[in-house]
Amino acid sequence: MEAKVIHLTVNGRAHRALVEPNLSLLHVLRELLGYTDVKNGCEKGDCGACTVILNGKAVNSCLVLAWQAEGAVVVTDTGLGTLEHPHPVQEAFADLGAAQCGYCTPGMVVSAKALLDENPHPSEAEIREALSGNLCRCTGYGQIVHAVQLAAEKMVTAESAENAEEKTR
Amino acid sequence: MLPEFDFLTPNSLAEALAWLAQRAGDAAPVAGGTNIVPDLRSGRHAPKALVDLSRLAELKGIRREDGYVVAGGGVTIAELLGSPLVRSSARPLFEAARLFANPLIRNRATLAGNLADASPAADSAPPLLALDAEVELVSQAGTRRVSLVEFFTGVRRTVRRTDEILAAVRWPVPEPEAAFGYTKLGLRRADAISVVSAAVCLVPAPDGACSRARIALGSVAPVPMRARAAEAFLTGRPLSAETIAEAARMAAGEASPISDLRATSGYRKRVAEVIVRRLLAEAARTPQPQES
Repeated sequence: MEAKVIHLTVNGRAHRALVEPNLSLLHVLRELLGYTDVKNGCEKGDCGACTVILNGKAVNSCLVLAWQAEGAVVVTDTGLGTLEHPHPVQEAFADLGAAQCGYCTPGMVVSAKALLDENPHPSEAEIREALSGNLCRCTGYGQIVHAVQLAAEKMVTAESAENAEEKTR
Repeated sequence: MLPEFDFLTPNSLAEALAWLAQRAGDAAPVAGGTNIVPDLRSGRHAPKALVDLSRLAELKGIRREDGYVVAGGGVTIAELLGSPLVRSSARPLFEAARLFANPLIRNRATLAGNLADASPAADSAPPLLALDAEVELVSQAGTRRVSLVEFFTGVRRTVRRTDEILAAVRWPVPEPEAAFGYTKLGLRRADAISVVSAAVCLVPAPDGACSRARIALGSVAPVPMRARAAEAFLTGRPLSAETIAEAARMAAGEASPISDLRATSGYRKRVAEVIVRRLLAEAARTPQPQES
């Protein structure tokens, strides 16, 4: 078992890391590259705390072996926005207090973002289904669902404002 | 922390088969990793090498081929859900894919992985049994096709040899008059391991009698199973409420469930009968050819 250098683009930044084959993508992101917004919960794909977007798809990073991610583009919660310019999902989570202990929040936000990219007008049932791989042990699901609904409204409003602006140009 | 292993990254199916043959017995294929990574972590599996199939184009795609639908073993559950061909020609598989684990797992887990793992609760198995599916096992020695019902030999045991890859799953395109049903009973609506699951297929003859019946059950035996006696009983009989009730009783009688943390054996038998009866009744009511 020998280590090799793998290449990852995380939140737009190119990284190289010397990695043994028995490490997960989660371990590489958190322990080697410092993306501590990616949480380590169960390490068996049950809890969703380690959710990231890998080449466009939301996945459990604990179940991806690091070498399988060679050349991949990864987006974590941190990559979606900043304190000054939060992503509408992050802003809605903050505005509605959709976090109790906060441990599940980065994974929830990433799953919600992946949902809204595919389905900008989800029903409540669709939101609950889309977040079914993300467990909140504080059981604060009500506010989380409301936050995703609010984010969807904000994103649709922002998009129609943009379109209107383009038309007047 | 995971145990140590070599990680082999083949660029083609041929290269993957060569690795598996060369490391006979101590190499295991990996794709989505949703079963094998937890198994490595818990120590249940300890292969000395993993052969990564996740990048092999040969294992991707869903296509029609001579009256069959052929799905590559590397197709993910999310890709099944997005396939118009699966939606139209494999309705129970589509329904099972919707209830499979959760969206994060569905983006990684593959069809071949779900079958080759051979859990009695494998969600894709009852639908594929009801569709008369077969699997393609490929090795350096060639390709063999095995009907899914003969593929499973016990809890987490199959006829797949360690040098073989489950490269594809195929099933005949169903007749237009075939009616299907699928139910998965779990302890919650999403992200559940099934307590009992069932898929049925009924094909009516022009006279309204049953010309073919398939009743497949999950989580009620060491392997995903077909209730063959109940199927034989239905064949050739008119699909009355009494006939269907008797077939459901027979199907439950063929099951041999265990008691575990999800349900008792007795509960599984009772519920299997109810689910099969409801699915058959619903399938029998779907439009049948009218006598003129």
